[in-house]
Amino acid sequence: MKIAVQRDDFDAGLEIKNISRNGKIGAIASFVGLVRDVNDGAAVGTMTLEHYPGMTEKALAAIVEEAKGRWEVLDCTVIHRYGELKPTDQIVLVAVASGHRGEAFAACEFLMDYLKTRAPFWKKEQTPEGARWVEAKAADDDAAERWK
Amino acid sequence: MKIRVLYFASVREKLGRHAEEMDLPADVSTIAGLRSHLGARGGVWADALADSKLLRTAVNQDMVPPQATIKAGDEVAFFPPVTGG
Repeated sequence: MKIAVQRDDFDAGLEIKNISRNGKIGAIASFVGLVRDVNDGAAVGTMTLEHYPGMTEKALAAIVEEAKGRWEVLDCTVIHRYGELKPTDQIVLVAVASGHRGEAFAACEFLMDYLKTRAPFWKKEQTPEGARWVEAKAADDDAAERWK
Repeated sequence: MKIRVLYFASVREKLGRHAEEMDLPADVSTIAGLRSHLGARGGVWADALADSKLLRTAVNQDMVPPQATIKAGDEVAFFPPVTGG
């Protein structure tokens, strides 16, 4: 299991390659989140991600533990960046290895949904009208709720 | 009772402060109580911590509800709903 909160970019291909290989693993599902150049009708120039050092790692570890309790998670990598990012930059990687694709897909989606509502990250966008903090979306809470 | 309080994102910006050590009065023992106590400083504090503002709180880096209790040495944090991912 790998959990990293870092300023630097990551190589998703390399991270997936680094996930354990053994005869029990039949599927690796992964998700990469990117910075978009438009949000809520405004052009986004740069996006700054702030986080709560210490709590972030702890929250991500707790979310991974929860996924392991629900699905067969044989290995898993979660990388989330912070600092200043530009459109098309990678923000987050979640990759889950399991015996079969169903469990890998479900655990990967669960990790993303929980991460979006429980990990202490905040996005601030620079737009032509000035800087603004991204508002949390009810849709994200709904997405996390469905796993209850 | 001494505690450490941290502020993040829009709350930190509004308050112009990231962290502070404070000595809690004896009658303040919960997150909700601390929020009112800080809000009573007035000005940006009253605004940023107003009941109408949707805030999340953590004690010792775990998210907790407003009724959670605080003890000496705790690290308490106030922040807006998270928006990572």
